[in-house]
Amino acid sequence: MPRVSIWMIRSALVALVLGFSIGAIMLIGKGIGAFGGLSAAIPVHVELVVLGWMVQLAMGAALWILPRFGARGPARGAAWSWVAWALWNSGIVFVVGGAAGAPVVQLIGRLIELGAAIAFGAAVWSRVRASGISAM
Amino acid sequence: MPVLTRWYVKTAMLYLVIALLLGAVLAGNGLVPLPAFLLLAGPTQIHLFVVGWLTQLIFGIAYWMFPKATAEQPRGPDALAVLTYVCLNLGLLARVIGEPWQAVAPGVVAGGLLVASGVLQWLGGVGFAALTWPRVRGR
Repeated sequence: MPRVSIWMIRSALVALVLGFSIGAIMLIGKGIGAFGGLSAAIPVHVELVVLGWMVQLAMGAALWILPRFGARGPARGAAWSWVAWALWNSGIVFVVGGAAGAPVVQLIGRLIELGAAIAFGAAVWSRVRASGISAM
Repeated sequence: MPVLTRWYVKTAMLYLVIALLLGAVLAGNGLVPLPAFLLLAGPTQIHLFVVGWLTQLIFGIAYWMFPKATAEQPRGPDALAVLTYVCLNLGLLARVIGEPWQAVAPGVVAGGLLVASGVLQWLGGVGFAALTWPRVRGR
């Protein structure tokens, strides 16, 4: 597994634990009748679980699994994949930080996440092609 | 494919069907009047889909495909792996029962189910992270 995948998947596991922790606190709050004030954490919970955990895990696994076409050492686009990791997690931090009522911070976070998606595309684009082995 | 992965994947497929069935029922609200406990099942439906299907499928496939931890315990401690599966699913079931119940008729039992659900699902998530962390490494 390449180093960037290790960092992405471990970051995804951290986001999983944080997202599940917030979800558990909200659910327990619902159980004891104290959900009202906690419902504001729903966007943070969704951000961590969907973008932080699921999407990041998919990106990390893709960078690991997609064919390298015989490249020795770092795969093609490896530098872009590090940029994607750094931007993705920075974007999540901004979006989560802005959830407390700072829409400008959230907007910056979303733009950083957009940059991360473009960097991820640059990292994997040339690795998504026919291998010459498969009939499909 | 390990036995636990088969359990994860088959349980995930069951939850997918249940989530989509509940989604169809909720979509029929304008045509047929639905009981209150169903009308309030929106969050439950989302979690059936995201936790029951997506997360559970990921857990099962990662448990199977990630690099081996050690030669003796290639997928980590078996007891922790089984406990993770049990906690995630008992937690989700407790939510499916407790959330609409608490919304319609709040009480100690329904509230207790939600508390148990929160704790169990959290244990499932933390258990998976603990089990997977050492397997996320180079060969």
